[in-house]
Amino acid sequence: MIRFEGVTKKYGDGSGGESIAVNDLSLEAPTGRITVLVGPSGCGKTTTLRMVNRMIDPSSGVISIDGNDTAELPLAELRRGIGYVIQHAGLFPHRTVLDNVTTVPRLLGTDKKTARRRAMELIERVGLDPDLAKRYPAQLSGGQQQRVGVARALAADPPVMLMDEPFSAVDPVVREQLQNEFLRLQSELGKTILFVTHDIDEAVKLGDQVAVLRVGGTLAQLATPAQLLADPVDDFVAGFVGRDRGYRSLQFAEAPELELTNEPTVTIGTTASSVRAIGEPWVLCVGDDGEPMGWVRAAAVTSAVARDLLQRGGTVASTQGSLRELLDAALSSPSGRGVVADADGRFVGTIRASEVVPVIEARQQSVAAREDAAAAALHGEAAPA
Amino acid sequence: MTWALDHLDEIFSLAGQHAWLAGLPLLIGLVISIPLGWLATRKASLRTGLLTVTGLLYTIPSLALFILLPPLLGTKVLDPVNVIIAMSIYTIALLTRTVADGLAAVDTSTRQAAVAMGYSTFGRFRAVDLPLAIPVVAAGLRVAAVSNVSIVSVASLIGISQLGYFLTDGYARSFPTEVWVGIIACLLLALVFDLVIQLLARVLTPWTRVTA
Repeated sequence: MIRFEGVTKKYGDGSGGESIAVNDLSLEAPTGRITVLVGPSGCGKTTTLRMVNRMIDPSSGVISIDGNDTAELPLAELRRGIGYVIQHAGLFPHRTVLDNVTTVPRLLGTDKKTARRRAMELIERVGLDPDLAKRYPAQLSGGQQQRVGVARALAADPPVMLMDEPFSAVDPVVREQLQNEFLRLQSELGKTILFVTHDIDEAVKLGDQVAVLRVGGTLAQLATPAQLLADPVDDFVAGFVGRDRGYRSLQFAEAPELELTNEPTVTIGTTASSVRAIGEPWVLCVGDDGEPMGWVRAAAVTSAVARDLLQRGGTVASTQGSLRELLDAALSSPSGRGVVADADGRFVGTIRASEVVPVIEARQQSVAAREDAAAAALHGEAAPA
Repeated sequence: MTWALDHLDEIFSLAGQHAWLAGLPLLIGLVISIPLGWLATRKASLRTGLLTVTGLLYTIPSLALFILLPPLLGTKVLDPVNVIIAMSIYTIALLTRTVADGLAAVDTSTRQAAVAMGYSTFGRFRAVDLPLAIPVVAAGLRVAAVSNVSIVSVASLIGISQLGYFLTDGYARSFPTEVWVGIIACLLLALVFDLVIQLLARVLTPWTRVTA
Protein backbone atom coordinates (compact mmCIF):
# COMPACT_ATOMS: atom_id res chain seq x y z
CA MET A 1 0.00 0.00 0.00
CA ILE A 2 1.21 3.46 -0.88
CA ARG A 3 0.00 6.02 1.62
CA PHE A 4 0.12 9.82 1.34
CA GLU A 5 -0.45 11.71 4.58
CA GLY A 6 -0.84 15.48 4.35
CA VAL A 7 1.67 15.69 1.51
CA THR A 8 2.42 19.19 0.19
CA LYS A 9 4.91 20.30 -2.44
CA LYS A 10 5.70 23.99 -2.81
CA TYR A 11 8.07 25.59 -5.27
CA GLY A 12 9.73 28.96 -4.79
CA ASP A 13 9.09 31.18 -7.80
CA GLY A 14 12.48 32.84 -7.45
CA SER A 15 11.16 36.18 -6.20
CA GLY A 16 10.23 35.13 -2.69
CA GLY A 17 6.73 33.93 -3.54
CA GLU A 18 5.81 30.30 -3.92
CA SER A 19 3.49 28.16 -5.93
CA ILE A 20 1.82 25.03 -4.64
CA ALA A 21 2.00 21.95 -6.84
CA VAL A 22 0.44 19.49 -4.41
CA ASN A 23 -1.63 20.68 -1.48
CA ASP A 24 -2.18 18.60 1.67
CA LEU A 25 -2.83 15.39 -0.19
CA SER A 26 -3.94 12.35 1.78
CA LEU A 27 -4.58 9.21 -0.19
CA GLU A 28 -4.12 5.47 -0.07
CA ALA A 29 -3.28 3.29 -3.04
CA PRO A 30 -4.28 -0.20 -1.85
CA THR A 31 -2.04 -3.23 -2.35
CA GLY A 32 -2.56 -5.14 -5.56
CA ARG A 33 -4.81 -2.48 -7.06
CA ILE A 34 -4.56 0.21 -9.71
CA THR A 35 -5.05 3.72 -8.40
CA VAL A 36 -5.31 6.32 -11.15
CA LEU A 37 -4.43 9.97 -10.60
CA VAL A 38 -6.27 12.07 -13.14
CA GLY A 39 -6.73 15.78 -13.66
CA PRO A 40 -6.00 18.70 -15.97
CA SER A 41 -2.45 20.02 -16.53
CA GLY A 42 -1.14 21.73 -13.45
CA CYS A 43 -3.05 19.54 -11.02
CA GLY A 44 0.17 18.07 -9.64
CA LYS A 45 -0.48 14.47 -10.66
CA THR A 46 3.02 13.83 -12.02
CA THR A 47 4.58 15.64 -9.06
CA THR A 48 2.56 13.38 -6.77
CA LEU A 49 3.82 10.30 -8.60
CA ARG A 50 7.44 11.41 -8.52
CA MET A 51 7.34 12.07 -4.82
CA VAL A 52 6.83 8.34 -4.26
CA ASN A 53 10.27 7.39 -5.55
CA ARG A 54 11.67 10.72 -4.38
CA MET A 55 12.57 12.08 -7.77
CA ILE A 56 10.89 15.06 -6.10
CA ASP A 57 11.03 15.51 -2.33
CA PRO A 58 7.81 16.65 -0.62
CA SER A 59 7.91 19.97 1.26
CA SER A 60 5.90 18.41 4.07
CA GLY A 61 3.91 15.30 4.85
CA VAL A 62 4.75 11.61 4.80
CA ILE A 63 4.64 9.05 2.00
CA SER A 64 4.95 5.45 3.08
CA ILE A 65 5.05 2.15 1.23
CA ASP A 66 3.73 -0.77 3.25
CA GLY A 67 4.24 1.25 6.40
CA ASN A 68 7.84 2.29 5.64
CA ASP A 69 8.42 6.03 5.40
CA THR A 70 10.03 6.53 1.98
CA ALA A 71 12.09 9.45 3.32
CA GLU A 72 13.99 7.05 5.55
CA LEU A 73 14.87 4.43 2.94
CA PRO A 74 18.19 4.66 1.06
CA LEU A 75 17.44 6.31 -2.28
CA ALA A 76 18.87 3.62 -4.56
CA GLU A 77 17.18 0.82 -2.61
CA LEU A 78 13.83 2.64 -2.68
CA ARG A 79 14.00 3.25 -6.43
CA ARG A 80 15.20 -0.21 -7.39
CA GLY A 81 12.16 -1.59 -5.56
CA ILE A 82 9.71 0.48 -7.60
CA GLY A 83 8.91 -0.11 -11.27
CA TYR A 84 8.70 3.10 -13.27
CA VAL A 85 7.13 3.53 -16.70
CA ILE A 86 6.97 6.86 -18.52
CA GLN A 87 5.34 8.38 -21.56
CA HIS A 88 8.06 7.94 -24.16
CA ALA A 89 9.27 4.73 -22.49
CA GLY A 90 12.65 6.37 -21.82
CA LEU A 91 14.51 3.32 -23.04
CA PHE A 92 18.29 3.45 -23.17
CA PRO A 93 19.02 3.97 -26.87
CA HIS A 94 22.50 2.45 -26.57
CA ARG A 95 21.31 -0.84 -25.15
CA THR A 96 19.48 -3.68 -26.82
CA VAL A 97 15.95 -4.52 -25.73
CA LEU A 98 17.31 -7.40 -23.67
CA ASP A 99 19.89 -5.23 -21.92
CA ASN A 100 17.30 -2.56 -21.25
CA VAL A 101 15.10 -5.09 -19.51
CA THR A 102 17.95 -6.50 -17.39
CA THR A 103 18.96 -3.05 -16.09
CA VAL A 104 17.46 -3.14 -12.61
CA PRO A 105 18.20 -6.82 -11.86
CA ARG A 106 21.83 -6.14 -12.86
CA LEU A 107 21.91 -3.10 -10.57
CA LEU A 108 20.59 -5.33 -7.81
CA GLY A 109 23.44 -7.77 -8.42
CA THR A 110 21.60 -10.56 -10.25
CA ASP A 111 24.05 -12.46 -12.44
CA LYS A 112 23.84 -11.80 -16.14
CA LYS A 113 22.56 -15.23 -17.14
CA THR A 114 19.69 -15.30 -14.64
CA ALA A 115 18.77 -11.70 -15.45
CA ARG A 116 18.68 -12.46 -19.17
CA ARG A 117 16.61 -15.59 -18.78
CA ARG A 118 14.03 -13.71 -16.74
CA ALA A 119 14.12 -10.80 -19.18
CA MET A 120 13.32 -13.12 -22.09
CA GLU A 121 10.29 -14.44 -20.18
CA LEU A 122 9.10 -10.90 -19.56
CA ILE A 123 9.65 -9.83 -23.15
CA GLU A 124 7.30 -12.59 -24.25
CA ARG A 125 4.90 -11.90 -21.43
CA VAL A 126 4.34 -8.30 -22.50
CA GLY A 127 3.52 -9.55 -25.98
CA LEU A 128 6.79 -8.96 -27.83
CA ASP A 129 8.41 -11.25 -30.35
CA PRO A 130 11.54 -12.77 -28.69
CA ASP A 131 13.46 -11.97 -31.88
CA LEU A 132 13.21 -8.30 -30.93
CA ALA A 133 15.42 -8.88 -27.87
CA LYS A 134 18.60 -8.22 -29.82
CA ARG A 135 17.34 -5.01 -31.41
CA TYR A 136 17.98 -1.45 -30.32
CA PRO A 137 15.06 0.76 -29.22
CA ALA A 138 15.33 2.87 -32.39
CA GLN A 139 14.33 -0.22 -34.37
CA LEU A 140 11.01 -0.60 -32.55
CA SER A 141 7.63 1.07 -33.03
CA GLY A 142 6.27 3.32 -30.30
CA GLY A 143 3.95 0.59 -29.06
CA GLN A 144 6.77 -1.96 -28.94
CA GLN A 145 9.01 0.48 -27.08
CA GLN A 146 6.27 1.01 -24.52
CA ARG A 147 5.98 -2.75 -24.00
CA VAL A 148 9.73 -2.92 -23.43
CA GLY A 149 9.30 -0.08 -20.94
CA VAL A 150 6.74 -2.16 -19.04
CA ALA A 151 8.93 -5.28 -19.19
CA ARG A 152 11.89 -3.27 -17.90
CA ALA A 153 9.84 -1.90 -15.01
CA LEU A 154 8.70 -5.42 -14.10
CA ALA A 155 12.13 -7.04 -14.43
CA ALA A 156 13.07 -6.99 -10.75
CA ASP A 157 9.53 -8.00 -9.77
CA PRO A 158 8.87 -4.84 -7.73
CA PRO A 159 5.70 -4.85 -5.62
CA VAL A 160 5.00 -1.23 -6.56
CA MET A 161 4.76 0.35 -10.01
CA LEU A 162 4.57 4.01 -10.93
CA MET A 163 3.24 4.75 -14.39
CA ASP A 164 3.27 8.27 -15.82
CA GLU A 165 1.02 8.53 -18.89
CA PRO A 166 2.56 5.35 -20.28
CA PHE A 167 0.11 4.98 -23.15
CA SER A 168 -0.38 8.63 -24.15
CA ALA A 169 2.17 8.82 -26.94
CA VAL A 170 0.87 5.99 -29.11
CA ASP A 171 -2.02 5.97 -31.57
CA PRO A 172 -5.52 5.12 -30.31
CA VAL A 173 -5.63 1.58 -31.70
CA VAL A 174 -2.29 0.62 -30.17
CA ARG A 175 -3.26 2.43 -26.97
CA GLU A 176 -6.32 0.26 -26.57
CA GLN A 177 -4.27 -2.89 -27.17
CA LEU A 178 -1.71 -1.80 -24.61
CA GLN A 179 -4.43 -0.94 -22.09
CA ASN A 180 -6.11 -4.32 -22.49
CA GLU A 181 -2.86 -6.22 -22.18
CA PHE A 182 -1.90 -4.12 -19.22
CA LEU A 183 -5.15 -5.13 -17.48
CA ARG A 184 -4.53 -8.79 -18.35
CA LEU A 185 -0.98 -8.57 -17.00
CA GLN A 186 -2.15 -6.86 -13.83
CA SER A 187 -4.78 -9.55 -13.25
CA GLU A 188 -1.91 -12.07 -13.25
CA LEU A 189 0.62 -10.01 -11.30
CA GLY A 190 -1.46 -7.98 -8.84
CA LYS A 191 1.00 -5.11 -8.44
CA THR A 192 0.30 -2.00 -6.40
CA ILE A 193 0.07 0.57 -9.14
CA LEU A 194 -0.11 4.34 -9.13
CA PHE A 195 -1.04 5.45 -12.64
CA VAL A 196 -1.10 9.02 -13.92
CA THR A 197 -3.16 10.13 -16.91
CA HIS A 198 -4.97 13.23 -18.16
CA ASP A 199 -7.46 11.05 -19.99
CA ILE A 200 -10.58 10.39 -17.94
CA ASP A 201 -11.64 7.51 -20.20
CA GLU A 202 -8.33 5.78 -19.56
CA ALA A 203 -8.70 6.46 -15.83
CA VAL A 204 -12.18 4.96 -15.73
CA LYS A 205 -11.13 1.98 -17.82
CA LEU A 206 -8.00 1.05 -15.90
CA GLY A 207 -8.54 2.24 -12.36
CA ASP A 208 -9.78 0.17 -9.44
CA GLN A 209 -10.06 3.60 -7.90
CA VAL A 210 -9.67 7.03 -9.42
CA ALA A 211 -8.37 10.15 -7.70
CA VAL A 212 -9.43 13.33 -9.49
CA LEU A 213 -7.07 16.23 -8.74
CA ARG A 214 -7.81 19.86 -9.44
CA VAL A 215 -5.41 22.64 -10.43
CA GLY A 216 -3.47 23.65 -7.35
CA GLY A 217 -2.91 20.05 -6.35
CA THR A 218 -5.90 19.28 -4.17
CA LEU A 219 -7.85 16.05 -4.21
CA ALA A 220 -11.33 16.68 -5.61
CA GLN A 221 -12.69 13.14 -5.38
CA LEU A 222 -11.47 9.63 -4.70
CA ALA A 223 -13.89 6.98 -5.86
CA THR A 224 -14.34 3.83 -7.88
CA PRO A 225 -14.90 4.54 -11.58
CA ALA A 226 -18.59 3.65 -11.28
CA GLN A 227 -19.08 6.01 -8.32
CA LEU A 228 -17.21 8.74 -10.11
CA LEU A 229 -19.48 8.56 -13.16
CA ALA A 230 -22.65 8.14 -11.13
CA ASP A 231 -21.98 10.72 -8.47
CA PRO A 232 -19.38 13.41 -9.21
CA VAL A 233 -18.81 15.36 -6.03
CA ASP A 234 -18.96 18.85 -7.58
CA ASP A 235 -19.15 20.80 -10.83
CA PHE A 236 -15.42 20.50 -11.44
CA VAL A 237 -15.45 16.71 -11.28
CA ALA A 238 -18.71 16.53 -13.25
CA GLY A 239 -17.20 18.73 -15.95
CA PHE A 240 -13.99 16.76 -15.99
CA VAL A 241 -15.74 13.41 -16.11
CA GLY A 242 -17.52 14.79 -19.15
CA ARG A 243 -20.58 14.04 -21.21
CA ASP A 244 -21.99 10.58 -21.88
CA ARG A 245 -21.29 9.64 -18.29
CA GLY A 246 -24.75 8.09 -17.99
CA TYR A 247 -24.02 5.82 -20.91
CA ARG A 248 -20.40 5.21 -19.90
CA SER A 249 -21.37 4.26 -16.36
CA LEU A 250 -23.27 1.29 -17.83
CA GLN A 251 -19.91 -0.38 -18.44
CA PHE A 252 -19.71 -1.06 -14.72
CA ALA A 253 -23.15 -2.64 -14.64
CA GLU A 254 -22.88 -6.36 -15.26
CA ALA A 255 -25.61 -7.62 -17.51
CA PRO A 256 -28.10 -9.86 -15.73
CA GLU A 257 -29.26 -13.10 -17.38
CA LEU A 258 -31.48 -11.82 -20.13
CA GLU A 259 -33.85 -13.63 -22.32
CA LEU A 260 -32.33 -13.56 -25.77
CA THR A 261 -34.25 -13.92 -28.99
CA ASN A 262 -33.40 -16.85 -31.18
CA GLU A 263 -32.29 -15.80 -34.61
CA PRO A 264 -32.21 -17.84 -37.78
CA THR A 265 -28.67 -17.63 -39.21
CA VAL A 266 -27.08 -18.18 -42.59
CA THR A 267 -23.50 -18.94 -43.62
CA ILE A 268 -21.30 -17.87 -46.52
CA GLY A 269 -22.71 -19.63 -49.57
CA THR A 270 -26.34 -19.86 -48.41
CA THR A 271 -28.48 -19.41 -51.52
CA ALA A 272 -30.63 -16.35 -52.17
CA SER A 273 -33.85 -18.36 -52.04
CA SER A 274 -33.00 -19.79 -48.57
CA VAL A 275 -32.16 -16.28 -47.35
CA ARG A 276 -35.49 -14.90 -48.59
CA ALA A 277 -37.34 -17.85 -47.09
CA ILE A 278 -36.43 -16.51 -43.62
CA GLY A 279 -38.61 -13.49 -44.38
CA GLU A 280 -36.53 -10.84 -42.57
CA PRO A 281 -34.97 -7.77 -44.24
CA TRP A 282 -31.69 -8.38 -42.32
CA VAL A 283 -30.22 -11.84 -41.71
CA LEU A 284 -27.26 -12.73 -39.51
CA CYS A 285 -24.36 -14.61 -41.08
CA VAL A 286 -22.20 -16.84 -38.84
CA GLY A 287 -18.91 -18.60 -39.48
CA ASP A 288 -17.89 -22.25 -39.27
CA ASP A 289 -17.56 -22.15 -35.48
CA GLY A 290 -20.83 -20.32 -35.02
CA GLU A 291 -19.10 -16.94 -34.57
CA PRO A 292 -21.14 -13.94 -35.76
CA MET A 293 -19.64 -12.45 -38.95
CA GLY A 294 -22.07 -9.70 -39.93
CA TRP A 295 -25.54 -8.82 -41.14
CA VAL A 296 -26.73 -9.36 -44.70
CA ARG A 297 -29.52 -7.39 -46.33
CA ALA A 298 -31.73 -10.10 -47.81
CA ALA A 299 -32.66 -7.97 -50.83
CA ALA A 300 -28.98 -7.55 -51.72
CA VAL A 301 -28.34 -11.30 -52.09
CA THR A 302 -28.64 -12.16 -55.78
CA SER A 303 -27.23 -15.69 -55.96
CA ALA A 304 -25.66 -16.61 -52.59
CA VAL A 305 -24.35 -14.98 -49.42
CA ALA A 306 -20.84 -13.65 -50.07
CA ARG A 307 -18.29 -11.94 -47.84
CA ASP A 308 -18.54 -8.58 -49.59
CA LEU A 309 -22.25 -8.41 -48.77
CA LEU A 310 -21.59 -8.52 -45.01
CA GLN A 311 -22.32 -5.41 -42.96
CA ARG A 312 -19.79 -5.48 -40.13
CA GLY A 313 -20.72 -2.26 -38.29
CA GLY A 314 -22.51 -3.97 -35.43
CA THR A 315 -20.63 -4.65 -32.18
CA VAL A 316 -20.93 -8.00 -30.47
CA ALA A 317 -21.84 -8.18 -26.77
CA SER A 318 -20.71 -11.01 -24.54
CA THR A 319 -23.07 -12.91 -22.26
CA GLN A 320 -20.66 -11.95 -19.45
CA GLY A 321 -20.45 -8.33 -20.60
CA SER A 322 -21.86 -5.10 -19.25
CA LEU A 323 -25.16 -3.36 -19.93
CA ARG A 324 -23.15 -0.89 -22.01
CA GLU A 325 -22.01 -3.69 -24.34
CA LEU A 326 -25.54 -4.97 -24.72
CA LEU A 327 -26.99 -1.55 -25.41
CA ASP A 328 -24.19 -0.72 -27.82
CA ALA A 329 -24.65 -4.01 -29.68
CA ALA A 330 -28.35 -3.21 -30.16
CA LEU A 331 -27.73 0.43 -31.15
CA SER A 332 -24.98 -0.40 -33.64
CA SER A 333 -26.80 -3.27 -35.34
CA PRO A 334 -28.37 -2.39 -38.73
CA SER A 335 -31.29 -4.70 -37.91
CA GLY A 336 -31.81 -3.11 -34.48
CA ARG A 337 -31.16 -6.54 -32.97
CA GLY A 338 -27.94 -6.63 -30.94
CA VAL A 339 -25.78 -9.71 -31.41
CA VAL A 340 -24.79 -11.59 -28.25
CA ALA A 341 -22.07 -14.27 -28.15
CA ASP A 342 -20.95 -16.62 -25.41
CA ALA A 343 -17.50 -16.72 -23.80
CA ASP A 344 -16.15 -18.77 -26.72
CA GLY A 345 -17.41 -16.22 -29.23
CA ARG A 346 -20.30 -18.35 -30.52
CA PHE A 347 -23.54 -16.61 -31.40
CA VAL A 348 -26.28 -17.26 -28.82
CA GLY A 349 -29.06 -14.80 -29.62
CA THR A 350 -30.07 -11.18 -30.12
CA ILE A 351 -31.53 -8.45 -27.96
CA ARG A 352 -33.21 -5.12 -28.77
CA ALA A 353 -32.46 -1.75 -27.16
CA SER A 354 -36.08 -1.65 -25.99
CA GLU A 355 -35.38 -4.81 -24.00
CA VAL A 356 -32.18 -3.44 -22.42
CA VAL A 357 -33.62 -0.12 -21.31
CA PRO A 358 -36.12 -1.61 -18.77
CA VAL A 359 -33.18 -3.48 -17.18
CA ILE A 360 -31.28 -0.19 -16.85
CA GLU A 361 -34.28 1.51 -15.28
CA ALA A 362 -34.84 -1.35 -12.86
CA ARG A 363 -31.20 -1.13 -11.85
CA GLN A 364 -31.46 2.60 -11.17
CA GLN A 365 -34.43 2.02 -8.93
CA SER A 366 -32.66 -0.69 -6.99
CA VAL A 367 -29.59 1.58 -6.52
CA ALA A 368 -31.87 4.38 -5.27
CA ALA A 369 -33.65 1.97 -2.92
CA ARG A 370 -30.31 0.76 -1.55
CA GLU A 371 -29.18 4.31 -0.89
CA ASP A 372 -32.46 5.15 0.83
CA ALA A 373 -32.03 2.08 3.02
CA ALA A 374 -28.47 3.08 3.84
CA ALA A 375 -29.59 6.61 4.72
CA ALA A 376 -32.45 5.25 6.84
CA ALA A 377 -30.06 2.96 8.70
CA LEU A 378 -27.81 5.94 9.40
CA HIS A 379 -30.80 7.93 10.79
CA GLY A 380 -31.86 4.94 12.81
CA GLU A 381 -28.49 4.88 14.50
CA ALA A 382 -28.44 8.63 15.02
CA ALA A 383 -32.01 8.83 16.40
CA PRO A 384 -31.50 7.44 19.94
CA ALA A 385 -28.72 9.97 20.69
CA MET B 1 59.13 14.27 -55.22
CA THR B 2 62.69 13.02 -55.42
CA TRP B 3 63.52 15.12 -52.38
CA ALA B 4 60.63 13.54 -50.48
CA LEU B 5 61.71 10.01 -51.46
CA ASP B 6 65.30 10.76 -50.45
CA HIS B 7 64.11 11.98 -47.07
CA LEU B 8 61.48 9.32 -46.35
CA ASP B 9 63.22 8.16 -43.18
CA GLU B 10 63.36 11.68 -41.82
CA ILE B 11 59.73 12.34 -42.82
CA PHE B 12 58.52 9.23 -41.02
CA SER B 13 60.59 9.90 -37.94
CA LEU B 14 59.32 13.50 -37.68
CA ALA B 15 55.76 12.38 -38.44
CA GLY B 16 56.05 9.91 -35.56
CA GLN B 17 57.23 12.74 -33.28
CA HIS B 18 54.41 14.92 -34.53
CA ALA B 19 51.81 12.22 -33.96
CA TRP B 20 53.08 11.69 -30.45
CA LEU B 21 53.10 15.43 -29.61
CA ALA B 22 49.60 15.94 -31.04
CA GLY B 23 48.04 12.58 -30.05
CA LEU B 24 49.03 12.09 -26.42
CA PRO B 25 47.56 15.51 -25.48
CA LEU B 26 44.28 14.40 -27.09
CA LEU B 27 44.07 11.54 -24.62
CA ILE B 28 45.19 13.64 -21.65
CA GLY B 29 42.80 16.44 -22.64
CA LEU B 30 39.90 14.00 -23.06
CA VAL B 31 40.51 12.42 -19.66
CA ILE B 32 40.51 15.87 -18.01
CA SER B 33 37.62 17.29 -20.07
CA ILE B 34 35.20 14.52 -19.17
CA PRO B 35 35.02 15.35 -15.45
CA LEU B 36 35.14 19.09 -16.25
CA GLY B 37 32.31 18.76 -18.77
CA TRP B 38 30.34 16.70 -16.29
CA LEU B 39 30.80 19.37 -13.61
CA ALA B 40 29.54 21.95 -16.11
CA THR B 41 26.28 20.02 -16.50
CA ARG B 42 25.72 19.87 -12.76
CA LYS B 43 25.03 23.53 -12.13
CA ALA B 44 24.24 26.45 -14.41
CA SER B 45 26.64 28.74 -12.52
CA LEU B 46 29.45 26.18 -12.78
CA ARG B 47 28.77 25.81 -16.47
CA THR B 48 29.20 29.49 -17.25
CA GLY B 49 32.40 29.75 -15.21
CA LEU B 50 34.02 26.57 -16.47
CA LEU B 51 33.19 27.07 -20.12
CA THR B 52 34.35 30.71 -20.08
CA VAL B 53 37.66 29.86 -18.45
CA THR B 54 38.40 26.79 -20.59
CA GLY B 55 37.26 28.65 -23.71
CA LEU B 56 39.67 31.51 -22.97
CA LEU B 57 42.58 29.06 -22.75
CA TYR B 58 42.30 28.56 -26.47
CA THR B 59 43.01 32.25 -27.10
CA ILE B 60 46.51 32.06 -25.59
CA PRO B 61 48.94 32.11 -28.54
CA SER B 62 50.74 28.78 -28.81
CA LEU B 63 54.18 30.32 -29.11
CA ALA B 64 53.59 32.27 -25.90
CA LEU B 65 52.52 29.09 -24.15
CA PHE B 66 55.58 27.17 -25.36
CA ILE B 67 57.81 29.94 -24.00
CA LEU B 68 55.89 30.61 -20.77
CA LEU B 69 55.51 27.00 -19.64
CA PRO B 70 59.18 26.11 -18.93
CA PRO B 71 59.71 28.77 -16.22
CA LEU B 72 56.26 27.96 -14.76
CA LEU B 73 56.87 24.22 -14.68
CA GLY B 74 60.61 24.30 -14.08
CA THR B 75 61.23 22.32 -17.26
CA LYS B 76 63.93 22.85 -19.90
CA VAL B 77 62.91 24.93 -22.92
CA LEU B 78 63.64 22.03 -25.27
CA ASP B 79 61.72 19.50 -23.21
CA PRO B 80 58.84 18.09 -25.35
CA VAL B 81 56.79 17.88 -22.16
CA ASN B 82 56.12 21.62 -22.60
CA VAL B 83 54.46 20.93 -25.93
CA ILE B 84 52.51 18.00 -24.54
CA ILE B 85 51.15 20.17 -21.74
CA ALA B 86 50.39 23.11 -23.99
CA MET B 87 48.53 20.90 -26.44
CA SER B 88 46.61 19.26 -23.59
CA ILE B 89 45.48 22.73 -22.52
CA TYR B 90 44.18 23.44 -26.02
CA THR B 91 42.43 20.09 -26.12
CA ILE B 92 40.74 20.83 -22.80
CA ALA B 93 39.74 24.25 -24.14
CA LEU B 94 37.97 22.64 -27.09
CA LEU B 95 36.60 19.51 -25.46
CA THR B 96 35.12 20.71 -22.16
CA ARG B 97 32.26 22.46 -23.95
CA THR B 98 31.73 19.50 -26.26
CA VAL B 99 31.59 17.04 -23.38
CA ALA B 100 29.17 19.32 -21.50
CA ASP B 101 26.98 19.65 -24.61
CA GLY B 102 27.11 15.91 -25.28
CA LEU B 103 26.06 15.06 -21.75
CA ALA B 104 23.31 17.68 -21.79
CA ALA B 105 21.93 16.30 -25.05
CA VAL B 106 20.88 13.00 -23.46
CA ASP B 107 17.10 12.68 -23.82
CA THR B 108 15.18 13.82 -20.74
CA SER B 109 13.00 10.73 -20.56
CA THR B 110 16.08 8.48 -20.83
CA ARG B 111 17.76 10.34 -18.00
CA GLN B 112 14.62 10.27 -15.85
CA ALA B 113 14.24 6.56 -16.41
CA ALA B 114 17.85 6.06 -15.31
CA VAL B 115 17.30 8.09 -12.16
CA ALA B 116 14.06 6.27 -11.38
CA MET B 117 15.74 2.90 -11.78
CA GLY B 118 18.06 3.71 -8.94
CA TYR B 119 21.36 4.47 -10.63
CA SER B 120 23.81 6.34 -8.44
CA THR B 121 25.00 9.68 -9.84
CA PHE B 122 28.29 8.17 -10.96
CA GLY B 123 26.65 4.94 -12.12
CA ARG B 124 24.28 6.86 -14.35
CA PHE B 125 27.10 8.97 -15.74
CA ARG B 126 29.19 5.91 -16.59
CA ALA B 127 26.43 3.61 -17.83
CA VAL B 128 24.03 6.02 -19.54
CA ASP B 129 25.14 9.62 -20.03
CA LEU B 130 28.74 9.06 -21.13
CA PRO B 131 28.06 6.34 -23.72
CA LEU B 132 25.24 8.41 -25.19
CA ALA B 133 27.55 11.45 -25.41
CA ILE B 134 30.14 9.55 -27.48
CA PRO B 135 28.98 10.77 -30.92
CA VAL B 136 29.12 14.44 -29.83
CA VAL B 137 32.42 14.00 -27.97
CA ALA B 138 33.94 12.23 -30.97
CA ALA B 139 32.97 15.15 -33.20
CA GLY B 140 34.73 17.53 -30.79
CA LEU B 141 37.71 15.23 -30.62
CA ARG B 142 38.07 15.34 -34.42
CA VAL B 143 38.21 19.14 -34.33
CA ALA B 144 40.75 19.02 -31.49
CA ALA B 145 42.86 16.46 -33.36
CA VAL B 146 43.13 18.59 -36.49
CA SER B 147 43.77 21.69 -34.39
CA ASN B 148 46.54 19.90 -32.44
CA VAL B 149 48.28 18.62 -35.56
CA SER B 150 48.29 22.17 -36.91
CA ILE B 151 49.42 23.92 -33.72
CA VAL B 152 52.18 21.42 -32.90
CA SER B 153 54.08 22.51 -36.01
CA VAL B 154 54.64 25.90 -34.36
CA ALA B 155 56.85 24.14 -31.79
CA SER B 156 59.63 23.97 -34.37
CA LEU B 157 60.19 27.69 -33.68
CA ILE B 158 61.45 26.72 -30.23
CA GLY B 159 63.42 23.82 -31.63
CA ILE B 160 61.23 20.82 -30.86
CA SER B 161 61.48 18.47 -33.79
CA GLN B 162 58.35 17.36 -35.66
CA LEU B 163 56.91 17.97 -39.12
CA GLY B 164 56.95 21.74 -38.52
CA TYR B 165 60.72 21.53 -38.97
CA PHE B 166 60.20 21.17 -42.75
CA LEU B 167 58.26 24.44 -42.75
CA THR B 168 60.85 26.50 -40.84
CA ASP B 169 63.82 24.82 -42.51
CA GLY B 170 62.30 25.06 -45.98
CA TYR B 171 61.51 28.73 -45.38
CA ALA B 172 64.99 29.48 -44.06
CA ARG B 173 66.58 27.77 -47.06
CA SER B 174 64.05 29.23 -49.52
CA PHE B 175 63.27 25.69 -50.61
CA PRO B 176 59.52 25.44 -51.32
CA THR B 177 59.57 21.67 -51.96
CA GLU B 178 60.46 21.04 -48.33
CA VAL B 179 57.68 23.37 -47.17
CA TRP B 180 55.19 21.49 -49.36
CA VAL B 181 56.33 18.14 -48.00
CA GLY B 182 55.78 19.50 -44.48
CA ILE B 183 52.30 20.74 -45.32
CA ILE B 184 51.23 17.53 -47.05
CA ALA B 185 52.64 15.34 -44.27
CA CYS B 186 50.71 17.41 -41.69
CA LEU B 187 47.57 17.05 -43.76
CA LEU B 188 47.95 13.29 -44.08
CA LEU B 189 48.61 12.96 -40.37
CA ALA B 190 45.49 14.99 -39.55
CA LEU B 191 43.54 12.72 -41.90
CA VAL B 192 44.84 9.61 -40.13
CA PHE B 193 43.83 11.03 -36.73
CA ASP B 194 40.40 11.87 -38.09
CA LEU B 195 39.89 8.37 -39.51
CA VAL B 196 41.05 6.66 -36.32
CA ILE B 197 38.66 8.72 -34.18
CA GLN B 198 35.76 8.10 -36.57
CA LEU B 199 36.49 4.39 -36.57
CA LEU B 200 36.69 4.23 -32.78
CA ALA B 201 33.43 6.16 -32.41
CA ARG B 202 31.79 3.80 -34.88
CA VAL B 203 32.90 0.71 -32.99
CA LEU B 204 31.79 2.20 -29.67
CA THR B 205 28.31 3.25 -30.85
CA PRO B 206 26.70 0.35 -32.72
CA TRP B 207 23.22 1.67 -31.84
CA THR B 208 23.62 4.79 -33.97
CA ARG B 209 23.82 2.77 -37.18
CA VAL B 210 20.64 0.74 -36.88
CA THR B 211 17.66 1.51 -39.05
CA ALA B 212 14.09 0.94 -38.06
